[in-house]
Amino acid sequence: MAYSDKVIDHYENPRNVGSFDKSEKGIATGMVGAPACGDVMKLQLKISDAGVIEDAKFKTYGCGSAIASSSLVTEWVKGKSLEEASTIKNTDIAQELALPPVKIHCSILAEDAIKAAIEDYKSKAE
Amino acid sequence: MNYFELFGLPVSYDLSVGELKDRYRDLQRAFHPDRYAAGSQSEKLLAMQKATEINDAFATLKSSVERAEYMLKLAGLDISHETTTLKDPAFLMQQMEYREHLEEIQNLSDPLDEIMAFEDQLAEEHQNLVKNISVLLAQDEHQKAAAEVRKLKFIEKLQAELERLEDQAS
Repeated sequence: MAYSDKVIDHYENPRNVGSFDKSEKGIATGMVGAPACGDVMKLQLKISDAGVIEDAKFKTYGCGSAIASSSLVTEWVKGKSLEEASTIKNTDIAQELALPPVKIHCSILAEDAIKAAIEDYKSKAE
Repeated sequence: MNYFELFGLPVSYDLSVGELKDRYRDLQRAFHPDRYAAGSQSEKLLAMQKATEINDAFATLKSSVERAEYMLKLAGLDISHETTTLKDPAFLMQQMEYREHLEEIQNLSDPLDEIMAFEDQLAEEHQNLVKNISVLLAQDEHQKAAAEVRKLKFIEKLQAELERLEDQAS
């Protein structure tokens, strides 16, 4: 199976790899995994008091498509409000990266990672 | 006829691999294409279909994950092609640490001792999950059993990665 140029670019030059210090203010963490392939994805958002995502980092163990999907969403969520970020759909990710049908679950994983991080933020705020 | 019936075994997650292999050999012999060499075209075709079914059944029943998925499917819960996302943070954090450990091992000049130790650790986790699955399936707790099967898939993925490292190292 051939990867698209965009997947290869994100895979070879992943954006925003790493972690934030969890004790830092406004850090939300989303952890998700795909049982079908054993991929694990951690997405962290740095959220301002006004509810805007200032920065994002990820760490993904998985295939090229999973890494590219998470790398892409770290770019997409920056500067967005939580409401805006929560509207990012796996189909947008899959389309941008030209993922083949068998790799759609990688984009679902990335969408779920954003949702999980937002949930984490909201549960901490309560 | 389900795979368990085909092998003359009770529908139970706990099965003896030795017994499974014995039955497999008996069935293979009984439906070997050579036995039907003098038979009609339709007999040959039937024997070949049966031989294929026997092979599929053996592969399914032998595997801890596939046997559980098959039993869940018999119970009406098909999880074998799902794209469900697992969201158990504690389990996933542990998986993340395991993957990091795998990376560390990869960078060691003499990794074999670490590989063995990690193998033992994963084998123990595998065993615990298999025990849980067995109990939950016997209690018809299908959703709970499915959750444990999903975890088992992560462990088996790690075991496969570790095996690959071991092949490279030795």
